[in-house]
This record gives sequence, structure tokens and C-alpha cells, in this order.
Amino acid sequence: MNLNATLIIQIVVFLTFVWFTKSFVWPPIVKALDERAKKIADGLAAADKAKADLANAEKKSVEELRAARESAAELRSGAEKQAAKLVEDARAEANRIVAAAREAATNEAAAAAQKAKDALRDQVAQLAVAGAERILRREINAQVHADLLANLKQELS
Amino acid sequence: MASGTELATEVAHHGPTPGEYIAHHLTFLNNSGEPQKDLINWGLVNIDTLFYSILLGALGLFVLWRAASRATSGVPGRFQAAVEILVEMVADQAKGLIHSEESRRTVAPLALIVFVWIFLMNAMDFLPLDLLPRIWEGIYASAGHDPHHAYMRVVPTADINATMGMSIAVLLVCLFYNVKIKGLGGWAHELISAPFGDKLILAPFNFAMNIIEFLAKTVSHGMRLFGNMFAGELIFMLIALMGAAWTGANTPSFLLAFGHIVAGFAWAVFHILVVALQAFIFMMLTLVYIGQAHEGH
Repeated sequence: MNLNATLIIQIVVFLTFVWFTKSFVWPPIVKALDERAKKIADGLAAADKAKADLANAEKKSVEELRAARESAAELRSGAEKQAAKLVEDARAEANRIVAAAREAATNEAAAAAQKAKDALRDQVAQLAVAGAERILRREINAQVHADLLANLKQELS
Repeated sequence: MASGTELATEVAHHGPTPGEYIAHHLTFLNNSGEPQKDLINWGLVNIDTLFYSILLGALGLFVLWRAASRATSGVPGRFQAAVEILVEMVADQAKGLIHSEESRRTVAPLALIVFVWIFLMNAMDFLPLDLLPRIWEGIYASAGHDPHHAYMRVVPTADINATMGMSIAVLLVCLFYNVKIKGLGGWAHELISAPFGDKLILAPFNFAMNIIEFLAKTVSHGMRLFGNMFAGELIFMLIALMGAAWTGANTPSFLLAFGHIVAGFAWAVFHILVVALQAFIFMMLTLVYIGQAHEGH
């Protein structure tokens, strides 16, 4: 319990130690701590941002997928429509060709029938003339009655 | 504590009596080479106290400085992490008690070195009680001096000069901040107006109250640490006496030696708590007192 000058020296030593700590020990450590805290905060913020970005990307990909599916369906339905149209067109064309062919055949048949009719008429007229000639061989002169025979043939047609 | 020292100087041929042993261990090595007789003598300096306190303070500062000079904001090593835990602990306490950011830049390092330094000085109690004094005795004797005058105390905080020196330094810091924060006039006004009220008739009482408060704070601050460490050291000495009573292979000697081991172990374990706790309390009170200097009554 005896006091002496140690006390005074101890005060000086104490204040010197405080000065040293304040100048050389405390600032670097606190700086490192603060910097690390900032780094961690930044890292956490970056992680949050990455998470948000990921969520956005996921949403976007779902949307894209849906759009792709939609456009594929659209394409398919378009193709189907076109195919149906092609078939329809082909069918119409075929019908048209068949109709044309039928018409041509009909015309041909009609022409042939006409021709046959004409030929038949000629023959009938000749037969009639021949018959009449036979009957009227003496009375009727073919040259004299040629007009008459032509009229007759006309009338038969 | 100076009572037995006269005897100690006379005992040369046989072992010291318990009183001599304790008195010898409680005497400081000062520049006169003799035990201090007066209560106050400004001509004397306790060389052992200064040697160990400066050595330990420098050691603590060196370790902290090593950590600080290699501090990285990246992944810290174990050593850096340990120092950081300490720094964070002090910084948190300082933040809670001192609200001025600017003051904290000085006061927090102050609290850190107070804690580290006092912890190290207290921890000197863990060394075997006679280890360093016995080595010193050998050196002193080989230098041709009387080994009974080879005084050595290794726990600086068991010296009231060291603890009061620190508490007075804290008081000086408190006065500095009182003036810095409140201004000389503001602080002077506070001294005569608080705690009873701002009336002229109350001024002397207020002033007396404040002076008593400063005195009480400072004395209790220093005496608390000194008392704890002095008592702890004294109990180690008393425990050591049990083993020192060895008289040969007989039952009382064995029982006393056994008691020495058990009590020494128990007290050392308990002292781990005391060492850390007293260092922490001194640091906290330092922060509290400096914090009070920042606030008006």
C-alpha cells in the first residue's frame, strides 16, 4: 500500500500504450472488419440479385416455350388447312376434267349420231329414189325430177 | 506488509519463517534496494512493477500489432480471427457506452489495450509463485549482493501504484473529454449546478459532490483491481506455505503437501475467472466513466 513515483511513470506508460494502440493497432483491424462486412453485404446482395435473375429467366423460358408451342400449333393447323385445300383443289380439278371429258364424249357421240343420221338419211333418200325409180322407171326422168328429189331429201332431213 | 521484512534480512542460516516468507514476497524491488517504509515516497520507483508491466504491455501491443499489420479483409486466419473477436468485443462495448463516433476512435483502442494489458498483468499470477523471484535471487546473489534483499513481485496489478496509475490516467482522460465535449465553461457550470440544482446557494454542495464523485470513482477503480489481485497473490502465498512446511516423510507433511496441491489447483482455476473478470471490469468501468464524461448530469 505504499505509493511512490511508479504511479507517475505508470500513467505515462499507460498513455503511451493507448497512443500506440490508437495509431497502429486499432485502425487496420477495424478497417479489415469493415471491409469484410461490406464484402459480405455485397456478396449477399449479389446472391439475391442472381436469385431474382434466375427466377426471371425461368419465367421467360416458360413463356418462350409456350410461344414456341403456340406457333408450332399454328404452323401445324396452317399446314393442315393447306393440305385440305390442296386435296380440295385436286378434287375440283379432277371433277372438271371428268366433266370436260364427259362433255367431249357426249359431243362426239352427238356428232357421230348426226353423222350416222345424215348418212342414214342419204341412204334412205337414195333408197327412196331407187325405190321410186324402180317403180316409176319409165315415167320419171332422173334429170327432169332432180329438183323434186333434192326437195324430198331436204324434207327428210 | 513491511512488518516482517526486518526479520527477513536477519535470517541467513535457516529457512524463513512463514511471516518472513510472505513479507519477502510482498516487498517490491525499488531503486533504493530497501523495502519502502513511508506511506508515500516520490523518490522511489518499483523496478519490478515497471519492468513486468512494460514488458507485458509491449508484448500485448506487439501481438496486436502483428495481427493488425497482417489484417486482411478476406478470409482471416485463426490468429487474426482471435484478435478480431477481442476487437469486436471491445468495439461493441464502446458503442454501447460512448455515443460519440469521434471519441470512440480514441476510447475504443484505449479500452482494448486496457483489457489486454491488465489481463496479461493479472495472468502473471499463474506462474509458479517462486519461479521468477528464485531466479532473481540467484542472479542477485551471483552479482555479490545479499540474496535476502533480492525482492521481486511479478504481478504488476498487485501493486497499487500500477492500478492507481491507470485509474488516474482514466480520470485524466475523463477530464479531457469533459472539457472537450462541454467546453470549459459548460463543464464548470455542471460542476456547480449538478446534481442538486442550479442555485447559487447549492453551488458549494454541488461542487463538493462532484469532487467526491471523481475521487470515489478513481480510487474505487484502482483499488478494486489492486485488492483482487493482491488478495489472489496473498492466497497463493498462503497455499505455498503448506508445501513449505515439509519436514520429512511424515503424515502431517504429506497431508499439508496434498492440501497444497488441492488448494493450489482450486485457487488457480478460480483465479482464471478472476483474472479475466477483473480485466473486463476495469475496461468496462473505464468505458462507463469516459461515457459519463460525454453526458450532462
